[in-house]
Amino acid sequence: MSNNVLEVKNLSAGIEEREILHDVNFTIKKGEVHVLMGPNGAGKSTIGNVIMGNPRYQVTGGNIIFNGEDVTEYSADKRAKAGIFLSFQEPLEVPGLPLDGFIKNALEQKTGERVRIWDFKKELKKAMDVLSMNESYGKRNLNVGFSGGEKKKAEILQLLMLKPDLAILDETDSGLDVDAVRIVSKGIEEYMRETNGSLLIITHSTRILDNLNVDYTHVCVNGHIIETGDGSLVEKINEGGYESFLEERK
Amino acid sequence: MSEKTYVEDIDRSMYDFRNEDKDAYRISAGLTADIVEQISNEKDDPEWMREFRLKSLEVYNRLQVPEWGPDISELNIDNIATYVTKKSGMKESWEDVPDEIKDTFDKLGIPQAERTSLAGVGAQYDSEMVYHNVQKEVEELGVVYTDIESALKGEYADMIKEHFMHLVPPTDHKFAALHGAVWSGGSFVYVPKGVKLEIPLQSYFRLNAAGAGQFEHTLIILEEDSYLHFIEGCSAPKYNVANLHAGCVELYVGKNAKLRYSTIENWSKNMYNLNTKRAIVEEGGTVEWVSGSFGSHVSYLYPMSILKGKGSKMEFTGVTFAGKGQNLDTGAKVVHAAPDTSSYINTKSISKSGGCSTFRSSVVINKNAKHSKASVSCESLMLDDISRSDTIPAMDIRTADADVGHEAKIGRISDDAVFYLMSRGISEENAKAMIVSGFADNVSKELPLEYAMEMNNLIKLEMSGSIG
Repeated sequence: MSNNVLEVKNLSAGIEEREILHDVNFTIKKGEVHVLMGPNGAGKSTIGNVIMGNPRYQVTGGNIIFNGEDVTEYSADKRAKAGIFLSFQEPLEVPGLPLDGFIKNALEQKTGERVRIWDFKKELKKAMDVLSMNESYGKRNLNVGFSGGEKKKAEILQLLMLKPDLAILDETDSGLDVDAVRIVSKGIEEYMRETNGSLLIITHSTRILDNLNVDYTHVCVNGHIIETGDGSLVEKINEGGYESFLEERK
Repeated sequence: MSEKTYVEDIDRSMYDFRNEDKDAYRISAGLTADIVEQISNEKDDPEWMREFRLKSLEVYNRLQVPEWGPDISELNIDNIATYVTKKSGMKESWEDVPDEIKDTFDKLGIPQAERTSLAGVGAQYDSEMVYHNVQKEVEELGVVYTDIESALKGEYADMIKEHFMHLVPPTDHKFAALHGAVWSGGSFVYVPKGVKLEIPLQSYFRLNAAGAGQFEHTLIILEEDSYLHFIEGCSAPKYNVANLHAGCVELYVGKNAKLRYSTIENWSKNMYNLNTKRAIVEEGGTVEWVSGSFGSHVSYLYPMSILKGKGSKMEFTGVTFAGKGQNLDTGAKVVHAAPDTSSYINTKSISKSGGCSTFRSSVVINKNAKHSKASVSCESLMLDDISRSDTIPAMDIRTADADVGHEAKIGRISDDAVFYLMSRGISEENAKAMIVSGFADNVSKELPLEYAMEMNNLIKLEMSGSIG
């Protein structure tokens, strides 16, 4: 068996008639950290959403292979059960649905087994401690009235509880203050340590990457992956910006 | 994936079992003085009640069918048997209830609920109560919980005569008049001064017979400083002929007393539910309505509260779920008739698969009701493009010295929220059920745990089969 967790092969996708992604290719192996960078509107979030199976986007070509299985036609819940996770850039609010009950329900649907309430509470407390979250958050309705930082922490809490094979983090650090980024990063490190999972981090900045060992960096512009390199590519882009990076390539 | 969700029909089998009508006494269909006399004879009414029934029939014949709400032209009283009974008599022990009736209530979980979480239970099967029992400790407090028929002949006969259809007179509307003429069964509850019953009483109404009507009367009297939580449950198997429910609920809430009246209604989808509920509240008293309307083909249901005493209060929390073939017109009414009174109406309605749900409210603040507060909030959720949701709030404010608020919101289930929940491994059907349950959370959190679970199950049932 190969070590490939995710293979994106010649993937094209868009909304209605408009194609956003053109022939995208990359492969993520077990335990690897990939970073997806690019200017605003380049299609980075679309890549995350299409891998997760957002029905808003239609795949017009290519395949998404996850742990050797072609999941291109799978619904989002089936992909989640297979082990894909997406931390949303803007997590949705669901009134009347408590965060803890939601996570427990998701765990039960994922595993098909009943979760024992005491084990669950213990696990949840442990994960909340990593994220410096007060236990009372569990009783609050999913993302309702949460600040931007609280929403992102709640996303990472779900990541720690669901333990997927692949986590896609869509702008998890955007809009967060320094302290919040530090806490969220701690959660991500904990995930890597506990599960030896794989990461696809969609980001503008490098703060979230400080304590992570980046294996590959992909640069996405106008729906194309125009360059793939190692971790040093992140620094290079951050020093010069996209303008000079693109200029240099010409 | 982007296809619209569509549900053919829901699996209602857990409520849908029916029993053969054998051995039942069934009055001829239709409504005549002769039929009303026959019912009165069957029940061995006191003379005043016999006259009351006949007068109500006259009123019924005089009044017009309402035309301001959902269409009920297909309901023909000539096809409805207004009285059906097995003549088994009312029992105080489940053991003594005839097997097939007992089996019905077993399937609905009523005896189980009585053992675990209720202070007393009444069960009506078609036109008559078949069971009434109240825990000994509750009886010792002086609480009376029985059927109206027994109460009419016993120690409380005068109290019944004084209160029966005084809050909802037969002249109120055509179906109140019908109720006055053919009412049968229901519950009488009396809570003496100062008695606070912490555990609820429950009456369950089951209409088994096809083409029949159920006209139970619920009369509750709370004396000063008392407390009661009363729960009402209803269901019926589905038939392809019309059934009619025209019950009447009258609640008298004494000074500083508090009554919580909870209903989970799950009539089958061939039912015309034309029910009238009303409360009158004395000084410092409170009435709280919690109402879940899930079943029936057509409903007209607007529990009304008359805030008669200074500082009296009402709260109404309701949820209505209209699916395919359902037209549910529900809401609440309140009259502020004294100073410092307050009312709070909070409803949620859900419509799906072509269902129509209308919220209708009426708030009246009389001239003398100074320093009163009224707040009306209604939210609707439409699950597809073929369903309908309307909001018709009316306000009649006759004093400048009142604080009145109104808020209405109509929304759709968000595809993004569904995708968000699905991205955590939850199926589309469950994701939608979770969002709808969350939307109706204001009602379920007001209910005792067992009923909240039943309500969530009903929502899941309504949502099942939603395949994207």
